[in-house]
Amino acid sequence: TDRRTFCLFLVPCPALQCVGEENCVDSRTVYISHKEPPPGTEAFIQQRFPDNRIVSSKYTFWNFIPKNMFEQFRRVANFYFLVIFLVQLIIDTPTSPITSGLPLFFVITVTAIKQGYEDWLRHKADNTINQCPVHVVQHGRKVREQSHKLRVGDVVLVEENEIFPCDLILLSSSRDDGTCFVTTASLDGESSHKTYYAVQDTKAYKTEEEVSSIHATIECEQPQPDLYKFVGRINIYMNNEPVARYCPNFNWPVIVLPSAVAIYTGMETKMALNYQSKSQKRSAVEKSMNAYLVVYLCILISKAIINTALKYLWQADPNRDEPWYNERTEAERQRAFTDFLAFMVLFNYIIPVSMYVTVEMQKFLGSYFIMWDDEMFDEELQEGAVVNTSDLNEELGQVEYVFTDKTGTLTENNMEFIECCVDGHVMPGSDSIDMIDTSPGPGARVSLASEREELFFRALCLCHTVQVKEEETVDGIKHGIHQGKSSSFYISSSPDEVALVEGMKRLGFTYLRQKDGHMEIINRDDEVERFEVLEVLTFDSVRRRMSIIVRSNTGSELYLFCKGADSSIFPRVISGKVDQVKARVEHNAVEGLRTLCVAYRPLSPEQYQQVSHLLSGAKLALQDRDKQLAEAYDRIERDLILLGATAVEDRLQEKAADTIESLHKAGMKVWVLTGDKMETAAATCYASKLFRRSTQILELTTKRTEEQSLHDVLFDLSRTVLRHYGGMTRDASLSDDCTDFGLIIDGATLSSVMRPNQQGSSSGNYKELFLDICRNCSAVLCCRMAPLQKAQIVKMIKASEEHPITLAIGDGANDVSMILEAHVGIGIMGKEGRQAVRNSDYAIPKFKHLKKMLLVHGHYYYIRVSELVQYFFYKNVVFIFPQFLYQFFCGFSQQPLYDTAYLTLYNISFTSLPILLYSLIEQHINTDILKKDPSLYKDIAKNSLLRWPSFIYWTVLGVYDAIVMFFGAYFLFDNTTFTSNGQMFGNWTFGTLVFTVLVFTVTFKLALDTHYWTWINHFVIWGSLLFFVVFSLLWGGIIWPFLNYQRMYYVFMQMLSSGPAWLSIILLITACLLPDVVKKVIWRALWPTTTERIQVGSDLNGQI
Amino acid sequence: MASSYKDEDGHISVKKPENTAFKQQRLPAWQPVLTAGTVLPAFFIIGLIFIPIGIGLYVTSNNIKEFEIDYTGLDPSSPCFNCSQNFSWNSTKPCTCSIPFYLEQPYESNVFMYYGLSNFYQNHRRYVKSRDDSQLNGNEESLRKPSKECEPYARHDNRPIAPCGAIANSMFNDTLELFYSDPNGTKTQIPLTATGIAWWTDKHVKFRNPGGNNDNLTAAFQGTTKPINWRRPAYELDSDPENNGFINEDFIVWMRTAALPTFRKLYRIIQRRNTMVPTLPRGNYTLEVVYNYPVRSFDGRKRMIFSTISWMGGKNPFLGIAYITVGSVCFLLGVILLFIHHKYDNRNNNPDISSN
Repeated sequence: TDRRTFCLFLVPCPALQCVGEENCVDSRTVYISHKEPPPGTEAFIQQRFPDNRIVSSKYTFWNFIPKNMFEQFRRVANFYFLVIFLVQLIIDTPTSPITSGLPLFFVITVTAIKQGYEDWLRHKADNTINQCPVHVVQHGRKVREQSHKLRVGDVVLVEENEIFPCDLILLSSSRDDGTCFVTTASLDGESSHKTYYAVQDTKAYKTEEEVSSIHATIECEQPQPDLYKFVGRINIYMNNEPVARYCPNFNWPVIVLPSAVAIYTGMETKMALNYQSKSQKRSAVEKSMNAYLVVYLCILISKAIINTALKYLWQADPNRDEPWYNERTEAERQRAFTDFLAFMVLFNYIIPVSMYVTVEMQKFLGSYFIMWDDEMFDEELQEGAVVNTSDLNEELGQVEYVFTDKTGTLTENNMEFIECCVDGHVMPGSDSIDMIDTSPGPGARVSLASEREELFFRALCLCHTVQVKEEETVDGIKHGIHQGKSSSFYISSSPDEVALVEGMKRLGFTYLRQKDGHMEIINRDDEVERFEVLEVLTFDSVRRRMSIIVRSNTGSELYLFCKGADSSIFPRVISGKVDQVKARVEHNAVEGLRTLCVAYRPLSPEQYQQVSHLLSGAKLALQDRDKQLAEAYDRIERDLILLGATAVEDRLQEKAADTIESLHKAGMKVWVLTGDKMETAAATCYASKLFRRSTQILELTTKRTEEQSLHDVLFDLSRTVLRHYGGMTRDASLSDDCTDFGLIIDGATLSSVMRPNQQGSSSGNYKELFLDICRNCSAVLCCRMAPLQKAQIVKMIKASEEHPITLAIGDGANDVSMILEAHVGIGIMGKEGRQAVRNSDYAIPKFKHLKKMLLVHGHYYYIRVSELVQYFFYKNVVFIFPQFLYQFFCGFSQQPLYDTAYLTLYNISFTSLPILLYSLIEQHINTDILKKDPSLYKDIAKNSLLRWPSFIYWTVLGVYDAIVMFFGAYFLFDNTTFTSNGQMFGNWTFGTLVFTVLVFTVTFKLALDTHYWTWINHFVIWGSLLFFVVFSLLWGGIIWPFLNYQRMYYVFMQMLSSGPAWLSIILLITACLLPDVVKKVIWRALWPTTTERIQVGSDLNGQI
Repeated sequence: MASSYKDEDGHISVKKPENTAFKQQRLPAWQPVLTAGTVLPAFFIIGLIFIPIGIGLYVTSNNIKEFEIDYTGLDPSSPCFNCSQNFSWNSTKPCTCSIPFYLEQPYESNVFMYYGLSNFYQNHRRYVKSRDDSQLNGNEESLRKPSKECEPYARHDNRPIAPCGAIANSMFNDTLELFYSDPNGTKTQIPLTATGIAWWTDKHVKFRNPGGNNDNLTAAFQGTTKPINWRRPAYELDSDPENNGFINEDFIVWMRTAALPTFRKLYRIIQRRNTMVPTLPRGNYTLEVVYNYPVRSFDGRKRMIFSTISWMGGKNPFLGIAYITVGSVCFLLGVILLFIHHKYDNRNNNPDISSN
């Protein structure tokens, strides 16, 4: 049976092993099967490597409590509450330590349980992995081992469909050619099969016995996280003599099948290294929240200072300080100067522990709505949106700049071969025309086919990295049935290549397979042609081309075929019909097609000798191998003869244009960053309505800067833009449509704009000028961008003076840098692997889902979180301010106004659920309207609900409510009774009255803000009020044996037995809510926001 | 991360989300919007309800009769001047003074007699907590070992104080008696009821004498000492066993600490005996005070207050005025909103926006 194996793998790495110590080694030597090298060759230094144990868990059973506590109290908020708690324990404070200890304990425990549970899951997962069996070859026999016992240098036997236990080097395979197929889905998400080649000199060792006779060492670098890079050298000894030195040339370090040697293990695998956490992104809301916290901390401290100062002033009179009826104890007399701390403790509730918990819960639970969203589920991919971090939910509602990739993001990345142009003759690739063409019969065609044409087809059939997957062998059960005989299809990491090879098939040249170092194709005459593959000069995004050197079996001629972007081919072409091809390429580019140019170069045997010498020299280099290879490629790929060009269409994704239009209407600036050429990209931009017909295009490209200096071009452009802008303001015409600007810039120009200090001071100006221009353009297209440049642009915009919120969206590995850089990174689950998805904050299946993500979810979350934050501060101002006022009437003695139970439970139960629920399900406007009218998004732009004016409004409202409540109760209690039996109430009734008004007011305030009353809202809002009443009845209804005071006994019930208490509760609640209602109504009537108009509108519609 | 090792096809397995109203955020909901139009009626209704309530409360409050005498005796012309000046905790002979006054109106219904103190911080933190509720609840152990909250009023002469704490120690101990002078010159003492002045629950549940139903209070308090400032131990507060010891109502009333530094506490009730005769007819009265309670040191004042009581309690115009104010404001706002609604809302209701 065929023992072909497909493996997933992973590789990882460690990184900072050298911390400046002397044993810092920058390479490692691996002894295969732990055999010492023959004496004399090299010193045998057995390096110590970690075992293959995967540890993803953070804690062990023993260190969980201390370590987890430490981690938790490192957070400023938790630490603050801990300090308050300790202060309460140490000094004589007005409130019992329970009031802050209990919530803190609750929060810490819940977090610890959650983290403990997660860690337990990780332990379990680790154990499964660490214990999964691995076959190791020892002394010529196959031995089963647990995965974690694997050591570096062990020879591992991997069978088909097994998962690699660690990073491996492929020594040999059950296939004769020493290859194996590997998928790397769990590494980078690419599920295509990649071929790996065994080390040439070991591929003959097949059986366990043979393999264990290998005597070799591998020198390689220390583990590092780059998945795609592995540099190493294998030394093989035979009869104690080194026989061969071979440097594997694959990009992938790791290899497999039946036998392979472990290179990096355990936490040093490339996979483990790659899971190091990304830097934390913080949302704008969080920043506002922290600013507010600082304000409240200042308020807290100044309250405490004011009260402390007044207290000392007040008690300067000894008869007030210690009247005869109220003397201090000796201990109290000695314990001076704790007043400040005591006041701090009394007022500390103004910064509630529960706010952090609620915000976290809101974010965590809220993100489920994104994952649950039906409309963001893609039937084809069978995937919905993924939330990688819930910290940024509300940031989705604040986006001002959208940076999007083109291929795979705006477009389908589903390539279709459209045409090719051979020597200036255009050959359509579509089926219909193909049919007509076939009618004259093969004979007629052959006559037409020039030698060049055939060469062109051969070039395309050979110069690629496509693999043929034969269905019946790969997955016979699944796919094989529906077709009687074996069929095959092409797989590749690049959809363009598949499209090209398939296109060639339609034109008569079919790529069959690669076998024994030969590629086989069937030509138009149904003859099999075989070419020996001599060298592959792989594709990279810097060169933007790939080449292959083959030897024809028939003629034994040597060819170099090269395929690449026009910009990278044309300068290297020495002959061919360059002009016609160029014209056709440009024509196609304008149509939005992706073009590639094909060229070749016949090689004489001598030339080939040179080439192969160059290449092997570069490949053997241990240092700077990449650089040397690049130089070698550069020297080889020249003097080309142009064959022709191809055009492949990449269709726009469904609703891409609609989405972009919506984003524009929502006030976002959309930038397309692509590696494509300008014409292609511009055509896509027009198709996707990024540029409209009315858009005036400004070009900032190499072409222009060649004619004029960059300086002049920039000034020109800015003048154009500013003139227009100036005119606009004068006319005060606000219609956006009249003219807007679109800017096109290419990578080269961009880097000269950004290049620092070219001419000293003026360079800064370029950047400023450029930003100025961009600011006035509704759409910007950056083409010919390198991945890093994408990130640079995002960074530049982020750092510009308005500090706009940026969003980057992309699907490929080349977008990762900008996804990480932007405030919000969104990955598209495209065809180019999962790297973007994994590095993103959110991932969506298609570009069109961005619309709902931003306009609906983002908008909702922003509204919800901002209300949550403001409301939390508000309700605690209302809560604590009466306590502050009360100090003026109790001799600044820190007497709390409310009972301990109320102090403790106010934030954790009486008022916590309604706001949490609000922040989860509030919808101020219906989803459909939000989608229909993107301009609503502008209403919340620039963090508008959390700016200082609204913060001050909420705070003032809180202070007003507090004053109303406190003085309402004060005048009610003022030296009189309000019971019908003449009995008097005491200070606890006073506090309870204020507290009752307080709980009802803040809950009703939230009810007034709620625009979306589901049954859950009713349940929670009325339920929590009911809970307060029931709790109060219960709390005061019993003499609680465990309490050393019974101050609340029957206080609540006595209060409710008094008519005026009811009347004043109703009155005070009304008076508290009145200003807010009036403000809302008047603002809505006089200065309505778009949102408010729509609310009214939809309300009316609803009524009709 | 570990789990992705196992992930064979590289897909995060997401099942298709369930299409439930909750998960899709499509729960049926009532979506109210506060506009001038919707709020208007509410404002008028609030105005229309609050103003009559306010007027009712105000009238009720105005109908309540209240009479107040300050007997602190700071003024040399005051009958209590001597007592206030010569106060000493150690004096064995009580100082008495009588204050004549004239009631211009008869008090028809039950009259409630209060004493009032000013500038007395019963709500001071140190003071509020200086009590032992479990001792007051009759707990024997706490009786012998008062809580340390009672310090420095927990022990005296090495014996536990019962009741302990600053509150109990500073219990108001003036005695007020009221005499009516007939037009023909005879002085009749007006009977004052000392029960029914404390909360029923306090008297019957929260405050319990030690030793349960033991008739012999003296024995129950054996081994304890009286609060330093008291003249009599707790078990001699009243001759009525149902009003003695910790369940003495004067004591219970005092133990309910007042919310503000100026407060009054219910002292006695003058029951209406005869439906034909006013409880307190118009005429001359004398208030006889046994002046025990010093307030001069902290600039305090002592008052005696008569008040009738309605369903809404004593005289307090605040609630009525507040209701009238809030009601009028609502009404006024209603008018303003009506204007705004008329002028602006129509404009907004023809949205020139693209939503249609």
